[in-house]
Amino acid sequence: MNKSRRDFLKKAGMTLLGASGARFVILGIADAEHLPDSGGSGVRRRWAIAIDTEKCASQGDCTACIDACNAEHNIPRIDNPEEEIKWIWKERAKAVFPHQLGNDSPRTLRDREIPVLCNHCENPPCVRVCPTQATWKRDDGIVMMDQHRCIGCRYCIVGCPYGARSFNFRDPRRAIDKLRSDYPTRTRGVVEKCTLCAERLAIGAQPACVEACEATCGAMVFGDLANPDSAIGRLVRTTLTMRRKPELGTEPKVHYKL
Amino acid sequence: MYDGAKIITGLAVFGAMVTLPAWYGWAGGSHGDAPELAPPAHGEHCVESVEFMRSSHMQLLNQWRDQAIRRGSRSYRSSSGETYKISLTGTCLDCHQAKAEFCDRCHNYMGVQPTCWNCHVEPTGVKP
Repeated sequence: MNKSRRDFLKKAGMTLLGASGARFVILGIADAEHLPDSGGSGVRRRWAIAIDTEKCASQGDCTACIDACNAEHNIPRIDNPEEEIKWIWKERAKAVFPHQLGNDSPRTLRDREIPVLCNHCENPPCVRVCPTQATWKRDDGIVMMDQHRCIGCRYCIVGCPYGARSFNFRDPRRAIDKLRSDYPTRTRGVVEKCTLCAERLAIGAQPACVEACEATCGAMVFGDLANPDSAIGRLVRTTLTMRRKPELGTEPKVHYKL
Repeated sequence: MYDGAKIITGLAVFGAMVTLPAWYGWAGGSHGDAPELAPPAHGEHCVESVEFMRSSHMQLLNQWRDQAIRRGSRSYRSSSGETYKISLTGTCLDCHQAKAEFCDRCHNYMGVQPTCWNCHVEPTGVKP
């Protein structure tokens, strides 16, 4: 044990370098094994919905989109507003756009009932707060929900500025009118929301709400915003559309034409 | 030791009694009334070999779950090169139609309670 200070410092330095290198290798492996966030397809898409509220309001009390969604996703019908589950529903325009519409705005506009749903934000706050990554943003922009991972902490409900998420306070199965087997229900104690019909997009179909709307008045347009030649790309680029609470910087992908 | 013979005899009897079920099964060469699963009426073979499915269907189902939901890829290429749609109720239960007959009997025997059916819906009554 006859080491000079010089030797000791050399070896200590080498050890430190080696350790930091190993750390990068370990982190790299951990990262590779991490669940990927891709949406599957190779093309980078940005799915979005545009809603013409005037056309929608012209249909009166039409609930085609809501009914289609409820049937498609085994959504329970719970009338108690504290426990209800909703993926898409109608809200007064004044409540949807509280900063844009005031008491002096046209009454027809203020009182218009317009469909609202998860905005599939570019910067989703719900994803930032989810402690288990049960909710995450796919490469194609869909803010997806993995019910297998949800622990029901409800941080995402607090995080969402649009109230687009619902919590299952009780077993939802008993409140489902017509149970369909090709889509799972949820269980008590998990959060759920619109997934932009990821399972339908996977087979090349449109979201259920948009399909149902097309059969009535066609107020909803669905498509790929990343493609400027798509119907929605042209619509959003040529008409003035609004998004909810833009001041929050969440960059919603549901556009409204008032 | 006082009464050593009695104590040791007692211990030996106790040990024999406690391990009796294991001895019984070992001597009889059977696993009690382990369920015998009948192959489904239609469908030639499962997505993977019977041995693999018996031992590792839970890992395969977890892999399917992650692949379909997290990666958005809903088709599975089996080791024999065939492609299957990833769907518990659509693919698995298309052949193994009765959950009570197929899933539950083994799970009850093994004393395991998977949570699949808390959410996934058994196709009974919806499909013929």
